[in-house]
Amino acid sequence: MSNVQIMTGNQAAAIGAKLSSVQVIAAYPITPQSQLAEILSQYIEGGELKAEYVRVEGEHSALTVCISASTVGARVFTATSANGLLYMHEQLHWAAGSRLPIVMCCVNRGVGAPWTIFNDQQDSISQRDTGWIQIYCRNNQEILDTIIQAYRIAEEVYAPVMVCYDGFVLSHTMMPVDIPDSEKVREFIPPYQAHTILSPEDPRTLNAVLFPWRRANSEGVLCDGYMEMRYKLQAALERSPAVIQETSRHFAEVFGRDHGGLSWGYRTEDAELFMTGMGSIASEAMQAADMLRDEGIKAGVVGIRVFRPFPAKALKEAFRGAKGIVIFEKGISYGYEGALCSDLKAAFYGSENQAPVHNYIAGLGGRDVKARELADAARASWLEMQTGIIEKPTTWLNCYTG
Amino acid sequence: MYEVIWHGRGGQGVVVAAQMLAEAAYLQEFKGVTSAPTFGPERRGAPLTASTRIAQEPIRIFSQIEEADIAVVLDESLFKVVDIFSRLRKNGLLLINTQTPLEKWDEGGEYRIAVVDAAGIALKHHLSKEGAPVVNTPMLGAFARASGLVSLENIEKALNHKLSKEQGARNFATVKAAYEETRVREKKD
Repeated sequence: MSNVQIMTGNQAAAIGAKLSSVQVIAAYPITPQSQLAEILSQYIEGGELKAEYVRVEGEHSALTVCISASTVGARVFTATSANGLLYMHEQLHWAAGSRLPIVMCCVNRGVGAPWTIFNDQQDSISQRDTGWIQIYCRNNQEILDTIIQAYRIAEEVYAPVMVCYDGFVLSHTMMPVDIPDSEKVREFIPPYQAHTILSPEDPRTLNAVLFPWRRANSEGVLCDGYMEMRYKLQAALERSPAVIQETSRHFAEVFGRDHGGLSWGYRTEDAELFMTGMGSIASEAMQAADMLRDEGIKAGVVGIRVFRPFPAKALKEAFRGAKGIVIFEKGISYGYEGALCSDLKAAFYGSENQAPVHNYIAGLGGRDVKARELADAARASWLEMQTGIIEKPTTWLNCYTG
Repeated sequence: MYEVIWHGRGGQGVVVAAQMLAEAAYLQEFKGVTSAPTFGPERRGAPLTASTRIAQEPIRIFSQIEEADIAVVLDESLFKVVDIFSRLRKNGLLLINTQTPLEKWDEGGEYRIAVVDAAGIALKHHLSKEGAPVVNTPMLGAFARASGLVSLENIEKALNHKLSKEQGARNFATVKAAYEETRVREKKD
């Protein structure tokens, strides 16, 4: 029995959080996330969701509330965008370092200055190194399903998960979404077991200052130092691709939808020219691949869902057979190139895949990117690759300066 | 795939009309439907658009529509301020809320044209909001008539999904009236 409704990405995200039976929500409204925060507070006020909504004066506090509630064993949710996410930056590190399974939505928006309320992915890309798992969604169904998956992943590896989706492009666009059965979701996500319960009966100090070396505690037990604890965070993230894939597989079994685990492919079986990206731009690239196929270019798409942990091993497999790779990114590591481009090239280091890689920066600050334009860029790169242009400077698509 | 652009002014309900059409089209067994507002801030009275895509297969593109197959104009004063034709495919359908009869519209024969007095219908059925006639719902009836893409029955279902029973019935009366009063002219060959 399917229960399809036509809804925005923000509505889908709110339903995802509700079905995941979150217990504490703290969020501060910011465009284009606002509708998500509003719907969740309606659910709670209307009694549809038995959770506490903590009103806060800013995003730093929103995440701090989530950290505190998660520490005492509550399943928590928050959401933000752009400068709101940047304001959380300190607490992003804290949440990951504390190994708390917090799930948040980043409704991707460009960051100021200059001000923009429109979509790109610079906000979450620039939080790459905070220790959060990042998953990028390509449509509203995937948003809802990924939030449910995110709790299972986060609570298994004890790492926070950021579910990213493009502001306005998905957050404000309505499309059919099948709402999963709430009982099945409850079965899919086992109850949250905190790794350390903080309670008045068992007082502890958490995350106190650690000195450079390991030290014995008051009972004489040698405890982890800072480096050991940080290594364990890294080890957990390195282990998480297997958990993400298994969660995706199990989700497909229960709910009949497979969004691809770490990445997904479209017409890649015999492809020579691979286009890639994260989020809605990768979805748009599927149409571009069809256009190029009609012209006789064997094009395909790899959509990258998980950016951290970077699934280097799986991607080496996903790009097998590539004779050229074109990357479209809605963000950049200023002063160098797209962050995805750097990571992907590094993944191929020493492997047999030495296909030329061209990098396009596209759609910053909401600039529209059409399938036709992706096809034009990929075709141009493909022709250049045939004439031996292996490396070329990062190209800014649809940009009228310089 | 059919691409529809709704032209109106802030407050006329183009966003809701685009949504209702997406819902009705989904009920009509189109597997792919999307509806989107103009991204960004909106102002009451200012020209704005919303869009609907309708397709047999799930929709994978979310970029803005370049050239629509169908343009629906809720306010004919927009012809003076917005270049509606620049975003309408040749041979496309132009659907206008107007009192001007069909014979007086001449767009060089490059489009199918359909007209209906949606404001008049809304007034006749006492359907108004904040003193202005509600034109978005009757235009859905005109859309059904001129495009043939969605049935009245599915528009009614979509309305009832969104509105109370009484409001749904009142709105649907204007949909039906607009369906009957819409006049269509095929493009000249």
